[in-house]
Amino acid sequence: MMMGKMNARFRPLLAGAAMSMLVFSAAPSFAETPADTLVLAWAIDDTITLDPGESFEISPAEFIGNSYDMLVRLDIADTTKVKGGIAESWTVSDDGLTYTFKLKPGLKFASGNPITAEDVAWSFERVVKMDKSPAFILTQFGLTGENVAEKAKAAGENTFVFTVDKAYAPSFVLNCLTATVGAVVDKKLVLEHVAPVTPTDDYKFDNDFGNGWLKTGFAGSGPFKIRDWRANELLVLERNDNYYGDKPALARIIYRHVKESATQRLMLETGDIDVARNLEPGDLDAVSKNEKLATTSAPKGTVYYISLNQKNETLAKPEVRQAFKYLVDYDAIGSTLIKGIGEIRQTYQPKGVLGSLDEAPFKLDVAKAKELLEKAGLKDGFSVTMDVRSSQPVTGIAESIQQTVGQAGIKLEIIPGDGKQTLTKYRARNHDIYIGQWGMDYWDPNSNAETFTSNPDNKDDAATKTLAWRNSWDVPELTAQTKAALLERDNAKRAEMYQKLQKESLDTSPFVMIFQQTEVAGLRGNVKNYKLGPSFDSNFLAPVTK
Amino acid sequence: MSNTQTRAEAKRESGRASARAAAIARFVVIVVTTYLGLLAVTFFIGRVIPIDPVLAIVGDRAPAHVVERTRIEMGLNLPYYQQFFLYVKGALQGDFGTSVLTTNPVMSDIRRVFPATMELASLGTIIGALFGIPLGVLAAVKRGSIVDQIVRIIGLVGYSVPIFWLGLLGLLVFYARLRWTAGPGRIDVVFEYTFTPITGFYLLDSILHRDWAAFRDIFAHIILPASLLGYFSLAYISRMTRSFMLNELQQEYIVAARAKGLSETRIIWGHALRNAAVPLVTVIALSYANLLEGSVLTETVFAWPGLGLYITNSLQNADMNAVLGGTLVIGSVFIALNLFSDLLYRVLDPRTRIR
Amino acid sequence: MSETMQTRREWLLTERPASRLQARLGRAYLTWRRFTANKLAVVGLLIILALCLVAALADVLAPHSPYIGDLANSRLLFPDANHWLGTDGQGRDILSRLIYGSRLTLQVVVLVAIIAAPIGLLVGTVAGYAGGWVDAVLMRITDIFLAFPKLVLALAFVAALGPGIGNAIIAIAITSWPPYARIARAETLTVRNSDYIAAVQLMGASPTRIVLRHIMPLCVSSLIVRVTLDMAGIILTAAGLGFLGLGAQPPLPEWGAMIAAGRLFILDQWWVAAAPGFAILIVSLGFNLLGDGLRDALDPRGGSQ
Repeated sequence: MMMGKMNARFRPLLAGAAMSMLVFSAAPSFAETPADTLVLAWAIDDTITLDPGESFEISPAEFIGNSYDMLVRLDIADTTKVKGGIAESWTVSDDGLTYTFKLKPGLKFASGNPITAEDVAWSFERVVKMDKSPAFILTQFGLTGENVAEKAKAAGENTFVFTVDKAYAPSFVLNCLTATVGAVVDKKLVLEHVAPVTPTDDYKFDNDFGNGWLKTGFAGSGPFKIRDWRANELLVLERNDNYYGDKPALARIIYRHVKESATQRLMLETGDIDVARNLEPGDLDAVSKNEKLATTSAPKGTVYYISLNQKNETLAKPEVRQAFKYLVDYDAIGSTLIKGIGEIRQTYQPKGVLGSLDEAPFKLDVAKAKELLEKAGLKDGFSVTMDVRSSQPVTGIAESIQQTVGQAGIKLEIIPGDGKQTLTKYRARNHDIYIGQWGMDYWDPNSNAETFTSNPDNKDDAATKTLAWRNSWDVPELTAQTKAALLERDNAKRAEMYQKLQKESLDTSPFVMIFQQTEVAGLRGNVKNYKLGPSFDSNFLAPVTK
Repeated sequence: MSNTQTRAEAKRESGRASARAAAIARFVVIVVTTYLGLLAVTFFIGRVIPIDPVLAIVGDRAPAHVVERTRIEMGLNLPYYQQFFLYVKGALQGDFGTSVLTTNPVMSDIRRVFPATMELASLGTIIGALFGIPLGVLAAVKRGSIVDQIVRIIGLVGYSVPIFWLGLLGLLVFYARLRWTAGPGRIDVVFEYTFTPITGFYLLDSILHRDWAAFRDIFAHIILPASLLGYFSLAYISRMTRSFMLNELQQEYIVAARAKGLSETRIIWGHALRNAAVPLVTVIALSYANLLEGSVLTETVFAWPGLGLYITNSLQNADMNAVLGGTLVIGSVFIALNLFSDLLYRVLDPRTRIR
Repeated sequence: MSETMQTRREWLLTERPASRLQARLGRAYLTWRRFTANKLAVVGLLIILALCLVAALADVLAPHSPYIGDLANSRLLFPDANHWLGTDGQGRDILSRLIYGSRLTLQVVVLVAIIAAPIGLLVGTVAGYAGGWVDAVLMRITDIFLAFPKLVLALAFVAALGPGIGNAIIAIAITSWPPYARIARAETLTVRNSDYIAAVQLMGASPTRIVLRHIMPLCVSSLIVRVTLDMAGIILTAAGLGFLGLGAQPPLPEWGAMIAAGRLFILDQWWVAAAPGFAILIVSLGFNLLGDGLRDALDPRGGSQ
């Protein structure tokens, strides 16, 4: 071919040009990373604030999880349970409204200030009063700016009392308190940094509760201190010598912002970094085959799905919704595009959370889908658009689905865009089909049940905009069931209720669930005890040695 | 007699002064309107982009009332002309607002990322000039020969190659396979805490610190992306050098020099090239401006924390303060370099000097 | 045969052309001879012709479908007899995608040129001929667009207009016209005060007519050279947009987007990104060689820009 000839002709020239560019380059010395420092490459550009009362993204959850402490923490051994963090023990009153926490005695913040129940109460107060993105995790228990001082208060040096407005399932309340928004901040330290604010109708308080400072600052008590953060560049954690538990083996953790999987793998292979966090299937495979390197993985609470907007009359037909579920090549996607970084999952509750259902009734079945479409009067197929974020594996999956639905006569047009752009459209309910992911807000089945199967108000200006709302899926029946499950205090019964919810939505929901994310990390051979947790705030680094 | 002469001179002098004042005034008007235009266009784009700027701050999972409150806090509920007015007012006072992505004032972000871009572009231009000028001279001297053709092809390939692709291949070959250079980024983490930037130009800083280990590391990081940019500017510089040199070599003074029996080397490098230097400096300045703004893709490939990456990233998050600030900086540099080459032309080239 | 050739040549090269047509043809012939004397330029022309041919015959040439692949079984195959350039991440034949992608490349280049060049020509000639405040305003606008970082501006426009090859074309056109306006204005300024234009003015031609009929044609040849030289840049910008994920919509085989997709496999399956990269290189080189040859042929003085 013409092309081949031309290549051959120019290749030596190209090589020559490249060589001449490098005349001045000297072979650099490749230093290993320092012995007391763990260097991780990770896409950390989602970090926009380090204030636990405001932060609600993935990478900061890990930073906060390692540098702050909460009253209770997720039990890594059994993720349906919680264990004590700062709290030594707790009791729930018989009416289910009052939770009393006894704090471990003699604890100190990294600053050296003692941790008291007063700090816990103030941490709650500032979250509720600032009312930032994650605040609903606490305010859903009936807390408001006016009553928070009363409902979350210190009863003595080491006793903290939390009063909720309904007799919720205790597992629900405790699970919510493990979220990063429940982190206990150093009241005395933060108060030194509050900035005055002019109160308005929307914000009735005269100061910012230290939010401006804590965006980049640190006032915690975890095993590490946040020492430095340069947005889109790096974040540094340093050992907290005032930590009450087992002190970390490593003096310093450096996260370097690197987005590309291939780049991370190269850096790992050359020893520029110790841990690579965003490996794609191909690179993961290569790392696992390299004897100097190792890999580790853990299923995470993030699920990927495509959703069909019910405002679109065609997509609102029950047969069409079902047909789509038979038009995804789950097997091929699972064995290629998400190999190692995800597991096919067709229910919306991630594996490992209380009451999650392990059922996968769908597989690629074009004949069946065609039958369903014919029943819906769409024998000749139809045209529809899908908004797709330009990043992997989402784009790859979208292209695969484009091909498989095409076999059933559906003409799918992919509209690529940046993450924020597709999201803006999705949130305004202007999409036909959206492909994306959802990460749990907090480690409790209510988080996903509420967003996937409840929609209290389907109007455009609704106060609660769940994923069901975004797809205009009006389900009063399921909404009521979701609410009821919150108040079931028997854990086994509660789990059953969630399973029922998942089962009912399997066939009918406009959500085609595809897979659950598995977080992976590639490690240098000398890195020991590096384990990923079920949530991002439980990727603990304290035990790591090298 | 002498009296009238001086009076005429004074008149001419004052005439020249007022002409100069008019020129300066015109220049100021040009710069100011260009700036305002830049601002207006960028601002307009920022508002019609279908990305909700609130999302970058509160994230996808924030409840509806938090989203609304943040929108009001950011002033996004105001009419566009009011938002624009507020922005321009701030900009005039040197306040370009705060980047929502990095939480820093835009100006301090730019002070941090711009040196990275400048360092890369500067080294790229140096490499480009160092190789491009001799190649261009050679091609001009051996016009029509195989050497000329080869130089032409090297140059045209430089114009034709997708720089991000060459960057990827470069990383693959020189970093992954051969290990000759360091990987993406500016400096190894090992130096992150022993090395404190002074000027922001890391190579220079490491020399100031006399930290030779750091210098080696920084050099190993910058050489690959800089060589790529250098190749790109080499293509331009060698082409232009060739044509300037051809022009000079046809001039009479060259014939005269040859007749005087000067050595060919001296004629070419000493006389012809010196006279071609003036337009060449302009070309190099323009090439530098091109590299500054053309570094977006290179910075993406090499994870280089520079201005191009900063603007792109901000654009994708509708972080319009950052986009506006970054665009203004690049626009200013562009205007300044154009002005600089213009001035240089006047100062160095006797033909254009006002008599 | 050779005799007729001889006479035809003489006819073309005659010192005293009998008709305007003969003179024009004679000039064209001379240009063509200068052009073909430059071997590299001919190579460039051949590359572009080959590109057009491939684009026109894509249906015949492509061995496989460019859109349909077998994800489960034929993913990321090394080049072999069946897939000459291997397969991509969706199991599609890369050669077939390259062949169909040539259509997109041509489409982008041609449309951008058709949109941007006339805009630049119009703005430049009007500014140059009218002078005064019209000139000032038009040139300020040109400067504003020139001062923008080109790719960033294109990115912003694509983000604002929405993705898709059509919008990418518009965005690139918006960023490409200012240099043409500058060139057209400079040319206009040199001819504005010529006797020729003065003569036309005396004959009572309207300014519109003068600009359209007498000035624009004079600017065209230098503009054509510049546009040809810019075509490689247009291809690279389009590829850059595709690389940043904002060019064509999947599954369109846009070359830049193909590189971006292949980036994921650059370490182990290098051919996925290498093939479209070479395709872009060859085609832009073709345009550059052609433009370079055209410049030399149309500007016999040689040398200066």
